[in-house]
Amino acid sequence: MWSHLLKRVLAVIPVLLVVMVIVFLMLRLTPGDPAANIAGDAATSEDIAKLRIELGLEEPLPVQFGIYVSNLLQGDFGESFYYKRPVISMIADGIEPTLSLAFFTITLACLVAVPLGTLAAYRHGTWLDRMVMGFSVVGFSVPVFVIGYLLIYFLSVKLGWFPVQGYQHIKEGIGGWAYRLVLPSVALSVIFIALIARMTRTSVLEVLNEDYIRTARAKGLPQSKVLLKHALRNAAVPIVTVIGIAIAILISGVVVTESVFVIPGLGLLTLDAIQGRDYPTVQALILLFSVVYVLINLIIDIIYTILDPRIRY
Amino acid sequence: MKVTISKRTLRAGAIIGALLGGLLTTGIGHAEKVLRVNMHSDLKIVDPIWTTAYMSRNYGYMVYDTLFAMNTKGEVLPQMVDTYNVSEDGLTYDFTLRDGLLFHDDQPVTSADVVASIGRWGAKDAMGQKMMSFVAEMTATDDKTFQFKLNEPTGLIIQALGKPSSNVPFIMPARIAATPPGEQITEYVGSGPYVFLKDEWKPGNKAEFAKFENYVPRDEPADGLAGGKNVYVDKVVWVVIRDQQTKMNALSKGEIDVIESPAHDLLPLMEQDPNIQLVDLNPFGNQYTFRFNQLHPPFDDPKVRQALLYAFDQEEFLLAAIGDEKYFKLCKAMFICGTPIASEMGFEDKLEGNLKKAKELIAESSYDGTPLILMHPTDLAVLEPLPPVAKDFMEKIGLKVDMQAMDWQTLVGRRNKKEAPADGGWNAFITSWNSVDNASPLTTPFLNAACDQALFGWPCDDKIQELRDEFAREPDAGKQLSIVENLQNRVSEAPTHVHLGQWYQPTAMGKNISGAPVSPVVAFWGYKKDE
Repeated sequence: MWSHLLKRVLAVIPVLLVVMVIVFLMLRLTPGDPAANIAGDAATSEDIAKLRIELGLEEPLPVQFGIYVSNLLQGDFGESFYYKRPVISMIADGIEPTLSLAFFTITLACLVAVPLGTLAAYRHGTWLDRMVMGFSVVGFSVPVFVIGYLLIYFLSVKLGWFPVQGYQHIKEGIGGWAYRLVLPSVALSVIFIALIARMTRTSVLEVLNEDYIRTARAKGLPQSKVLLKHALRNAAVPIVTVIGIAIAILISGVVVTESVFVIPGLGLLTLDAIQGRDYPTVQALILLFSVVYVLINLIIDIIYTILDPRIRY
Repeated sequence: MKVTISKRTLRAGAIIGALLGGLLTTGIGHAEKVLRVNMHSDLKIVDPIWTTAYMSRNYGYMVYDTLFAMNTKGEVLPQMVDTYNVSEDGLTYDFTLRDGLLFHDDQPVTSADVVASIGRWGAKDAMGQKMMSFVAEMTATDDKTFQFKLNEPTGLIIQALGKPSSNVPFIMPARIAATPPGEQITEYVGSGPYVFLKDEWKPGNKAEFAKFENYVPRDEPADGLAGGKNVYVDKVVWVVIRDQQTKMNALSKGEIDVIESPAHDLLPLMEQDPNIQLVDLNPFGNQYTFRFNQLHPPFDDPKVRQALLYAFDQEEFLLAAIGDEKYFKLCKAMFICGTPIASEMGFEDKLEGNLKKAKELIAESSYDGTPLILMHPTDLAVLEPLPPVAKDFMEKIGLKVDMQAMDWQTLVGRRNKKEAPADGGWNAFITSWNSVDNASPLTTPFLNAACDQALFGWPCDDKIQELRDEFAREPDAGKQLSIVENLQNRVSEAPTHVHLGQWYQPTAMGKNISGAPVSPVVAFWGYKKDE
């Protein structure tokens, strides 16, 4: 187990190296010039050329890459071309909103989707099952911004129960922090509820036909215990996988939701950085997301062993 | 959609709102009067001399003050300057600063600060460089007076010092203005009506400005960028909201107070909203322009460029992009309708969709049938509809057009490429300028025809350059108009760009907001907010 974990952690290094090279090259091969953007519309070619030199963009690509890697090894992720701030501080600003939104969304999604999926499997073929499956299809199909607009229209504009937009940092009050996350979390959770509920239903349904479930029922266990202790736990591996993927997606940026509800998270930071060709910021964010994906996969692997002791590494 | 709400629901909502919004929310103060504004973009660069970006210019007007400023009639009036005197031979300008000018660190504004600031600006800005070419010596005679000695008379000095748009000659402390113009400043101290709260600045989220309590406004009423800059709010917060629908909802619910540039397609909805008012604050509006790349065929041939002057119909472009006639104006005056130098000279028979004349010119030209690349930015609502209109006109007169879709940032990078269109260059694109940028032959960026020194498109025309110089030297307004007419005649023969009409961007604000200044550049003094 521990050697497996060590191997997985070490495997991160080549992954990050590949990511670094690909992102570095892709950014520089993508059309667009950060210097031209920064200099403004009335800047001359001469102004832009000077700025390119100042930003180090006139150096040969291998030299630029060498500087980038060398700085990275010293823990320096660079400075935003635009804001002249360390990229790491800008990422730090965006982490709290992103993690908060991810936490609320995934909690809500799990609380709703797992019971729904389990019930749908238990009541397989009934109106409840069909309703859950119908909701799943709708949840997958309706874009998150449509759900967001509808929630804003009814709950904010018409009823005035929630603010239209904005994020409040947790240090400014936990109540306000939670209050402002309700609508975006609900909007964003719909697709994950659909996904997790469907996966839970399929997985539990499969398990419910197993011999050990029949045995559990035969020895007189109550249905709730059969479902929760025997069926759900044994069906949990694929559900946990989906939840893990959902967390990774949520952390690596949910641009539309952040945009509609004005949440200053990593998704918008990434979008702005890509649109502005802010190379240092994009590079740092993609590296961060890669690490997040690897870590989440690792955590899921560990959870597998807890849920199913037969799994050994 | 009509939604009926029962009293019971409203009561329930009120209770939930009180519980969630009131009891749970902590740390929100109500004492301060805060004006929350959604600007057209995020503030990225806080050195308005280093970049020409409009957001940096707008930031500059918050934090810095100017020696002179333009009013709503296009006149340039003293702002930080109290009095000034021009010698009879027009070679010596003596200026006296007005009393009470302080920087945000409570140090007095001195002539040394002015000289250093104008020096930095004059080294960077095109109009500043032109002005400095007339200045033999610039000296601080004492703490409150300074002098310009010229090498020849010009009408440019006051106009340049009152230049309203990027780069604006903002006055900074001498120690900050000593920063080379090619480097960004790192200290943000000005003497303007607001103090920049650097620690509250969250890129991509918000920028905050507090009222500068020690700012002494002029006694005259505010008029455009000139006059008394009285501040009636404690703080201005520029809030970044990208989604247009969310902006409108937030304004309607009073979560923000002002939207600088609401989307035109949402204006009809805003007009019906009882909580929103639409106000036109910029008397000059904006001007669409079609830019040629003159380095490569076919636009290296003046006949092809002239053909487009005849072919294009301003109304078609403005209807496609803006739609509602109350938000645009057909205007053949190159330097903006309503300014003292507005004239249609040279364009009387053009810009009306004369396809017959345009076809004749194409037939006489050297155009060989090669498709030309028209760049099409698809991510900016105010520009996106225009290239298809241009393509239609161009194809109707026999040009082949390869309209290439791209995001604006890609276009901005590509337009600086001098390579042939087939090798990653370009032939044409359309953009929009704040009209005040195009209100003078000296500030109109696309009129610079100094070959390699010109903006992307790189027109090269000695006659245009001579006429711009002549305009700069001419102190008499009447004679300046005559020069403008000669210039427009020349441009109609050798076009540098095509002006496609003026459009207006109303500002949306809450009904509780008043006092917003009418100004060629967005400004935040005068605003009053009723709670």
